[in-house]
Amino acid sequence: MSDDKKQGLQSAFRRKLLMGMAAIPALTMLPRPSFAEAPATSAINTTGLAVTDTEVTVGILHSATGTMAISETGSIESEKLAIAQINEAGGVLGRKIKIIQEDGASDWPTFAEKAKKLLVNDKVAAIMGCWTSASRKAVLPVVEQYNGMLYYPTFYEGLEQSKNVIYTGQEATQQILAGLNWVAKEKGAKSFFFVGSDYIWPRTSNKIARKHVENVLKGKVVGEEYYPLGNTQFNSVINKIKLTKPDVIFTDVVGGSNVAFYKQLKAAGIDLSKQTLLTISVTEDEIDGIGGENIAGAYACMKYFQSLDNPNNKLFVPAFKKMWGEKTVIGDVTQAAYLGPWLWKLTAEKAGSFDVDKIAAASPGIEFKGAPEGYVRIHENHHLWSKTRVGRAKLDGQFELVFETADLVEPDPFPKGYQ
Amino acid sequence: MTENRFVNRSELIGILLLAAFLVVILPLCLDVFRLNLVAKYLTYAFVALGLVVCWGYCGILSLGQGVFFGLGGYCMAMFLKLEASSVENTKIQSTPGIPDFMDWNQITALPAFWQPFHSLTFTVFAIILVPGLFAFIIGAAMFKRRVGGTYFAIITQAVAAILTILIVGQQGYTGGINGMTDLRTLKGWDIRPDHAKIVLYFFEVGLLFVCIFIAQFIRHSKLGRILVAMREKEDRVRFSGYSVANFKIFAFCVAAMFAAVGGAMFALNVGFMSPSFVGIVPSIEMVIYTAVGGRLSILGAICGTLLVNFAKTSLSESFPELWLFGLGGLFITVVLAFPNGLAGIWTDYVAPRIAGLFTSRKSKSGDGWAEKPVADGAPAE
Repeated sequence: MSDDKKQGLQSAFRRKLLMGMAAIPALTMLPRPSFAEAPATSAINTTGLAVTDTEVTVGILHSATGTMAISETGSIESEKLAIAQINEAGGVLGRKIKIIQEDGASDWPTFAEKAKKLLVNDKVAAIMGCWTSASRKAVLPVVEQYNGMLYYPTFYEGLEQSKNVIYTGQEATQQILAGLNWVAKEKGAKSFFFVGSDYIWPRTSNKIARKHVENVLKGKVVGEEYYPLGNTQFNSVINKIKLTKPDVIFTDVVGGSNVAFYKQLKAAGIDLSKQTLLTISVTEDEIDGIGGENIAGAYACMKYFQSLDNPNNKLFVPAFKKMWGEKTVIGDVTQAAYLGPWLWKLTAEKAGSFDVDKIAAASPGIEFKGAPEGYVRIHENHHLWSKTRVGRAKLDGQFELVFETADLVEPDPFPKGYQ
Repeated sequence: MTENRFVNRSELIGILLLAAFLVVILPLCLDVFRLNLVAKYLTYAFVALGLVVCWGYCGILSLGQGVFFGLGGYCMAMFLKLEASSVENTKIQSTPGIPDFMDWNQITALPAFWQPFHSLTFTVFAIILVPGLFAFIIGAAMFKRRVGGTYFAIITQAVAAILTILIVGQQGYTGGINGMTDLRTLKGWDIRPDHAKIVLYFFEVGLLFVCIFIAQFIRHSKLGRILVAMREKEDRVRFSGYSVANFKIFAFCVAAMFAAVGGAMFALNVGFMSPSFVGIVPSIEMVIYTAVGGRLSILGAICGTLLVNFAKTSLSESFPELWLFGLGGLFITVVLAFPNGLAGIWTDYVAPRIAGLFTSRKSKSGDGWAEKPVADGAPAE
């Protein structure tokens, strides 16, 4: 029975192989420098993925249209950059990466539908994609059911771990705790006011922040307010902030709402050079919309800033701008998205296979020394070890690094004592 | 009189063609993945069918059908979510046995209004009755006060907006913007594998035909003629002694229940439900399906739904960055050039020729695809 199956599979590969060969007779005439030693397709792909002797197919699944396009475009761009660079360097296991891009259209069911299409129809070896928690939650059952591999770039709320997902952004404790410690130590902060958008990520992040403030820093949370996504009226919360006079305003407002929030904060006379504000949701991409003059002086806590001064980043930033234009900016998530294709390549090479099970098993311990944020390593829980940094927003829309953790912070998606 | 039969000959041919297309041709031509997509499109066909009854027959434009689609879908999703959240499946949570999103929002016990959704029988009734009752309340409040036309459309929009905000805001109870994801089994029967998708597809097609026959029955009954009469000259019907409001409420409730059945099938087929089907944008999109297909024609609206959704999928696969423009262009062209939608093209251009080919005696027999608003629509007694 199982032998039969094997035979069937093998003949399928043989057929594919023959088809591939028939399609490229001209190519076989030419000298083939790097493909010569490439391992046989049947050896590195035993589950029928879209791998030929010269190509391996990877899906990109982000919102190119709709409200999230503004955020996700950066991720698409950096994933394409990483794939172009990998192809230039000879590809993965001797095969060039072919991209199939799908549009999630800022619509969660569409994400699920397209993920399924990529896995079932296109048989992609991996998907680089998703951005919001909602889109990931929609796609997760699909990648688990059809055994796909998803590289997810956004910092997120944690409380999740899957064999089929590599989280290249930070989970909540990784991102928040070091920032809170820093602000407590550096600014002597005791009282905090939380403002967030109303969905799972800000709620969970603030829950963790509250526990940390109350139990570890022995401080006080003087207010906690949530606004619907896309909200543009923050006057009432700004009044409350003025009344409670917190040492720190801690924000996780997302997307377009940020523009209104920071403008109204400034209009209300709250000067961010005197009032400490720590945000975990504003990257260089968002400042593009907010305007540097409205947010200068605020602190952001994440793992990457475009202004980071290290050799990897000095190569990455110009390469990105060369491919996508001088005016583009690179935020935390854009950088994390860049890691996805590279980590997948390194894992496939370590595993010596494109099979999802082997990739998943080989992922822990994979190191990427060329990461623009510096060195990263995949943890057993499929999240990344990474440093946490605090930057201060400048007028020109860039961040000035003011603090970074000495060591890599361990990812802890199910934090004890913070639930 | 021939009008008393609830399908005439050409309508019957149309329905049989559709049945052959959905039951035989599509399952033979498509793989399971595409067939499941068709099943998803067909869930919107239920909404379109409802809109034909309420907008096409009766002239009530509702821009809030997503509300009923959503209510039906959420009822189904709540049942499925409870089944997926067994203590065994949710061991890692702080409170095992409740849906994951409740745990994330620090809720430690299942809320009371969730309890009845442990029962499938209750759920099935809730899918039909909750949206039906809700539509009755809105309809009664509006139509009894003679609120109609544009004002009614605006109010349905407001209801859609309110319900979205409610669902997003109460995320501990509803899953918020993420919706209810990871639905797995129906009474222990896994709804995710391929063979389940095929079974669900045929079940859904069956339900769709039940709804089509109900719509046909309404259209050809005396009731249907009153509805059409109200669309054309509401005052005359009122002066003839009919309670216009009651008929309108009825049509609106039927549309709501159809939409709810679609929503429930959506939750089963796609495996999740989220507020992105409840709001204003999806509600308007559903009206567009109906408009493209032809709001006066049952089969037209269903074909319109399939066509628009198919265009959506294939355009977005081929041109991920440009497809929305293409889709916008399609809507504008159809609505500008063919006010009665695709069904209008059929009745105005294709059907007469076919009729000319086949019958020389009767040049203009009844047409199954659409009726002209004034000429054929008026009561014929």
